[in-house]
Amino acid sequence: MGKIGLITWREYITRVRKKSFLIMTILGPVLIAVFYGIIIFLAVNDSIGKDTEKVLVYDESNAIEGKLYNDDRMAFEYTSDWDGRDTDSLNAGGYTGRLLIPNNFNIYNPDGVVYESENSLSIESKERINRRIENAIEDEKMSQLGVSETAMDSLKTSVSLNALTLDEDGEAKSSSTELNTVIGMGASFVIYFFIFLYGVQVMKGVIEEKTNRIVEVIVSSVKPFQLMMGKVFGLALVGLTQIVIWLVFSGILMGVISFIFIGSDMGNIMDMANSVQAMPADQMAELGVNSMMVNVVSGMMAINWPFIILSFIIYFLGGYLMYSALFAAVGAAVDAETDTQQFMLPITLPLVFSIALSTSVVLRDPNGALSFWLSIIPLTSPIVMMVRAPFLNLATQWWEVALSIGLLITTFCFTIWLAGKIYRTGILMYGKKATYKELFKWLFYKG
Amino acid sequence: MAFLEVSNVTKGYEGHLAIKDLNFSIPKGSIYGLLGPNGAGKTTLIRIINQITAADTGEVVFDGEKLNPSHIARIGYLPEERGLYKKMKVLEQIIYFGRLKNLTKKEAQKRALHWLEKFDLLDWKYKKIEELSKGMAQKVQFILTVLHEPELIILDEPFSGFDPVNTELIKDEIQHLRDNGATIIFSTHRMESVEEICDYVGMINLSQKVLEGSISDVRNSFKENEYEVYYRGELNGLSFDAKEVSREDRLALNKAVFVIEPEKAKALIKELNDTVDIASFSEQLPSIKDIFIKKVEEGNHG
Repeated sequence: MGKIGLITWREYITRVRKKSFLIMTILGPVLIAVFYGIIIFLAVNDSIGKDTEKVLVYDESNAIEGKLYNDDRMAFEYTSDWDGRDTDSLNAGGYTGRLLIPNNFNIYNPDGVVYESENSLSIESKERINRRIENAIEDEKMSQLGVSETAMDSLKTSVSLNALTLDEDGEAKSSSTELNTVIGMGASFVIYFFIFLYGVQVMKGVIEEKTNRIVEVIVSSVKPFQLMMGKVFGLALVGLTQIVIWLVFSGILMGVISFIFIGSDMGNIMDMANSVQAMPADQMAELGVNSMMVNVVSGMMAINWPFIILSFIIYFLGGYLMYSALFAAVGAAVDAETDTQQFMLPITLPLVFSIALSTSVVLRDPNGALSFWLSIIPLTSPIVMMVRAPFLNLATQWWEVALSIGLLITTFCFTIWLAGKIYRTGILMYGKKATYKELFKWLFYKG
Repeated sequence: MAFLEVSNVTKGYEGHLAIKDLNFSIPKGSIYGLLGPNGAGKTTLIRIINQITAADTGEVVFDGEKLNPSHIARIGYLPEERGLYKKMKVLEQIIYFGRLKNLTKKEAQKRALHWLEKFDLLDWKYKKIEELSKGMAQKVQFILTVLHEPELIILDEPFSGFDPVNTELIKDEIQHLRDNGATIIFSTHRMESVEEICDYVGMINLSQKVLEGSISDVRNSFKENEYEVYYRGELNGLSFDAKEVSREDRLALNKAVFVIEPEKAKALIKELNDTVDIASFSEQLPSIKDIFIKKVEEGNHG
């Protein structure tokens, strides 16, 4: 075993043996699941913690009086008395605001509506009021045009779009946009968290060795670069171990769940998902299976798993290596963890930037120009490319992946070189607060 | 024959020279005291020998060869600022460092157990470093410095943190290692220990070497021809003038100090012997500590 191997082994074994590793491995997914569960729950049930907004309406024109839609989010009450309703009496009546429909208002000229309230109107409430007035006007116009309510109802249609992707032979395969989104987001979140968690671990390890002065003994046996790489590799192995454990457990868990809930139906579902097009829902119901289940399974089968898993590993390792070397350099440049902030910003900024854009721009348009460039630029690519990965058509877009991975490898070689230079000088510097200018000088010191 | 030869070595850090044109010659199988006040450049020199950093100019020759990375495994270094992995167990840690110095796992384990037994630490081998007392941790640090049987051992303040009993233990071990052929560089401020165990000294002040030589040569070259005599009786009618005469109540003796040419010492003894009862007569050689202080002050004022 070479020196790097020996150091890697020590970093790995001392961390994996710790109780906290075991606890985090078990508790980590639970905590993340609970965390996202709460966020999703609150987002879906947006009425939680909110009272019905009561709005007092004074309709001078009588055009829409009594026609605004009420529900538990927002309710309208009507009055014929506008003046003298100051904020006190609004509060007393439990109203959040009042709406004035002017005298000259009519459905063909819906201008001059005024909303007054003590607190500023939220964008959500503003849109809601707008929409309800518009709906009321629309209904009014419809009835003036002589469209009956049943006719109106029959206008409403629901379409479920079956999205297919074409391969190079023009063969259509069904794909699930929702599933692709979940997988892409999941993979990029895992990479994001791991780069952060383990990068910071690398940094802490470096600081620990520096403050303990162990580093002086070690660098009289091995080169600083070997020490740095051993640490980086050791933690990469810890991360991979954790992921493998999670994958194995979730595999077992999924097996158990599908066995309990679906049992022998699984075979049926697989068969159906295999048949090119999904059969009509009623036919499925006859067979006693759930159409959503079939969609999920056929979506899962449409995903190019070897590509997703391979690119996950490449981007996970590439991104981690690129960033953790920088974290190691930061650790070497400071004396204590409290001094790290000024150097952390340029590292954390691109990470936060890419996860923020992944959840918005990239998800909305995975094959757009911005998504393309973010997945090519190495500082953002490990996170952004994983969001795009399930949406890519490898037959035509393989070069994007190749270019992105090529650049990532080039960049991590560069950051490791850069970090090695800073690390070499930094680990033996004590009591001096380094500045960016000094770090720059360290790059050119003679070994 | 010199085991380590440092020739014209200069090393600068932005704007100031840490060491300037240093020349040292460290004889094989000796204990060499490297002295110098804080900031004189001792650590820089040690780091150059350890190849943690490189000299700007000059050359270091290790056992007849130009210093190169293959020598690292033949050097053992105990830094002044001690450091061990606090969460790692004693035996495991010693083996780890031994393996970093190219020992096999088996060999490292064998030697580690041998040393632990010698230092009475066998019961602690599965304990974490953080559970050990400071003195015990220091012993562990000493073990991992010498585990790979280095030919050159660099000890930076090896006795700090030890009680007198353990200091003796370590001192014996150092001498034992020397007797087995190792060359030892011993960097310290504790001058008493230098006189006790070093064969040679070299002194750095303000980045430069100020003196070098065997302990006796150095002391002799600084002697001021002072002779000290303890006696009973009164000094009367001597042809030599005493520099000072005093009463040592502690010893119930009188004491006189003479400054004379060495060749006149015999005549002085004769005269003294005729007048008083001599309890002791000795030539006063300056201590390494006095020389050190003198040299440092000279440097700072001149």
